Amino acid sequence: MNFGVQPIPDNEIFAVFRGDRLEYQSNDGEGGLFWDVQAWGGTDYSKLWFKSEGFWLFDKETFEEAGVELFYSRNIATFWDLQAGVRHDFEPHPTRTFAALGIEGLARYWFEVDVTAYISQDGDLSANLEAEYDLLLSQRLILQPRFEIDVAVQEVEELSIGQGINDIELGARLRYEIRREFAPYIGVSWSRKLGETADLAEADGESIETTSLVAGIKFWF
Amino acid sequence: MNGSKEITRRNFMKTTGAGLFLTGLYCTLPMPAWALTTSPGIEQRTPKSRYDFTIGYSPVQIDGREGTATAINGTVPGPLLHLREGGDVTLNVTSRLMDTEHASIHWHGILVPFRMDGVPGVNFNGIQPGETYEYRYRVKQAGTYWYHSHSRFQEQTGAYGPLIIEPKNGEPFDYDRDYPVVLSDWSFEDPETIFRHINLMGHYYNFQRRTIWDFFEDVGERGFADPISERMAWGKMRMSPVDLADVTAYTYTYLMNGHSPDMNWTAIFNPGETVRLRFINASATTNYDVRIPGLDMEVVMADGKAVRPVSVHEFRIGVAETYDVLVRPMKDQAFTIFAESLDRSGYGRGTLAPEPGMKAPVPALRPRPVRRLEDIGMGGMLHGNMKDMSHSQMDHGSKASLDDPRIPGPNGPTPFKPEKSRSNVEMVITNPTYRLDEPGIGLGKDGWRVLTYDDLVSIEPQPYSATVDREMTINITANMERYMFSFDGKKFTQHPCPYLFRHNERLRLFLVNHTMMEHPIHLHGMWMQLENGADKLPFKHTILTKPGEVLSVLITPIEKGDWAFHCHLLYHMEAGMFQVVRVA
Repeated sequence: MNFGVQPIPDNEIFAVFRGDRLEYQSNDGEGGLFWDVQAWGGTDYSKLWFKSEGFWLFDKETFEEAGVELFYSRNIATFWDLQAGVRHDFEPHPTRTFAALGIEGLARYWFEVDVTAYISQDGDLSANLEAEYDLLLSQRLILQPRFEIDVAVQEVEELSIGQGINDIELGARLRYEIRREFAPYIGVSWSRKLGETADLAEADGESIETTSLVAGIKFWF
Repeated sequence: MNGSKEITRRNFMKTTGAGLFLTGLYCTLPMPAWALTTSPGIEQRTPKSRYDFTIGYSPVQIDGREGTATAINGTVPGPLLHLREGGDVTLNVTSRLMDTEHASIHWHGILVPFRMDGVPGVNFNGIQPGETYEYRYRVKQAGTYWYHSHSRFQEQTGAYGPLIIEPKNGEPFDYDRDYPVVLSDWSFEDPETIFRHINLMGHYYNFQRRTIWDFFEDVGERGFADPISERMAWGKMRMSPVDLADVTAYTYTYLMNGHSPDMNWTAIFNPGETVRLRFINASATTNYDVRIPGLDMEVVMADGKAVRPVSVHEFRIGVAETYDVLVRPMKDQAFTIFAESLDRSGYGRGTLAPEPGMKAPVPALRPRPVRRLEDIGMGGMLHGNMKDMSHSQMDHGSKASLDDPRIPGPNGPTPFKPEKSRSNVEMVITNPTYRLDEPGIGLGKDGWRVLTYDDLVSIEPQPYSATVDREMTINITANMERYMFSFDGKKFTQHPCPYLFRHNERLRLFLVNHTMMEHPIHLHGMWMQLENGADKLPFKHTILTKPGEVLSVLITPIEKGDWAFHCHLLYHMEAGMFQVVRVA
């Protein structure tokens, strides 16, 4: 057996770049470009994972937020990967760097779930949870409800982050898969700041609730 | 053209302008003599004892579109390999695939010394580019078989062909015409790309998934409780009841003797003749359901070994299986040979006709079946919360394996439980059942007779001992969501050592399918005799195991050495569902 040849190379390395959300958001008249992209490379068991999210405001020509994350991702259960790594927020200022630990995978009943806990360089703890679900209206027309929530353990005043639940976001995106790798979509996204965070926002004269129409493409290659 | 040293598949496609649409559907490229578009049947030619094969990149035309194949002697399928039982044969195989690690040919179902079996990394180091490997062996059997490459994805791209062996003492049945019918699946996509797609997104090729309207339709038919608890159960497992094939007609053209349905391969007959059709499933991943509307088929051979003739209207042929059938068309009319893919996404088609150019109606594809939880041995998930589940549905094939007299054994503690190692095992069937009497998902409800494994009774000599020396279980396991396939919860590279069989022992091997898909399991180098209750057990080289099934086979390993054992769905094998059996 072998003869210097591996019969079955069953630990192949794959790599993929995913644009889960690349969209225009109306954002109550302050339109901008939002991105949520990821790339990973690796085997069934270990991957390197890059994620980036951010929002570019057209009128102000600034990034309202922009951050990157880098993870080592390890398969720990049938449907779950444990992810450990770092996050850096370029925007808003002051910039922050975090150590991150999270779990990503497929929950029961086909919910795609990503939960991550962060500790900033100042020792502030926070967490983020995202969940998505695909509802097939046809083989190519797919409605994707989405839920996201941010929680902070400590107040971070200079960033207007309060203690407790900061904000929640509910969205629904209707995409048409021209190909599996390429799907234009339209949708709506509603977000609301809560608790102390909402109080801080109101004190700054900012709105605490936003309803956005969105249009974009979901793609991977 | 394909002899050039520097050519790669990609470059070849560029230079020949792959994807060029030509007018007409007729082959302007060579087809092997045995598979011409209109064929009178293969002649009783003298079998040869020496063949020279060259595997190289060749253009193929499917429906007027040109692609590049890894073809043997320039054609897809390859040449008809015609041997004689008892004779010595020399097969020189040369690889002109200059950009590959290796090429190879495996003689599927043929008993050979292990160095001649052709699996790179198990029996030899493969055929290096530009090199020739000489296969020599004595032919110890007769019947219908096939050959194919065992290197990466060359089988998907055309490296396969029929292999027929004339018996020493005449055929066990009479017929007037003889046709190999090689079923296969062709894609213009690179198989590496196909493999990547299904690894990254399991449903990439499945455009028959259940939509929200299907749910409402179910509710309309059955009320709320049933469809909801059933969907909850599937959702709990993160599995889909309509996951029937990894790769579908979305990318595949289904071929019969290298012809697409529109190219209509045609076999000529005179009314009143008996026609032998040697069905060979040379697909990479497609299980077919075969029927010839208007004709009874008499199954006379399974996997090259004669069986007691059984009359059917349809049979399922798993990847790598062969069935020989006799048909006796009396009418002066055309008949369609219809090979529907198990997932009902497409079909292969040919015609039996008295005159060239005649056609018969092509049946419509049947609706894509939906697996029920009982179909995968998970009926128990519904017991807690389904009050109205009718009993007739429940006890169909759900007899506990431990109480089923048709299952001999097993002996020993928790015999059918794979180690749930890491993430390789998505589900463990607590109560696998005997399913050899079932035709399989999507079959048996059309009002015609469908072959089951229980129908197979051998009429071959049974030279082996009746006493079972040893029992062993191999569990078929997977994590389909992550596209990880394994035996006993371990992918090939995670298995510390081969499975050990003893030379000349009589071994009972249990195969337990803990996945929700059919897997055609192939054992190299020795026959498996399927324990289906027949007084003479049928010989098989490939067994299509059903989800949630336990079956047992008897094996006498007659040849020492290392042998491949794997799922014959090419992409499952490459994803880890492969192991070595060592006979010592």
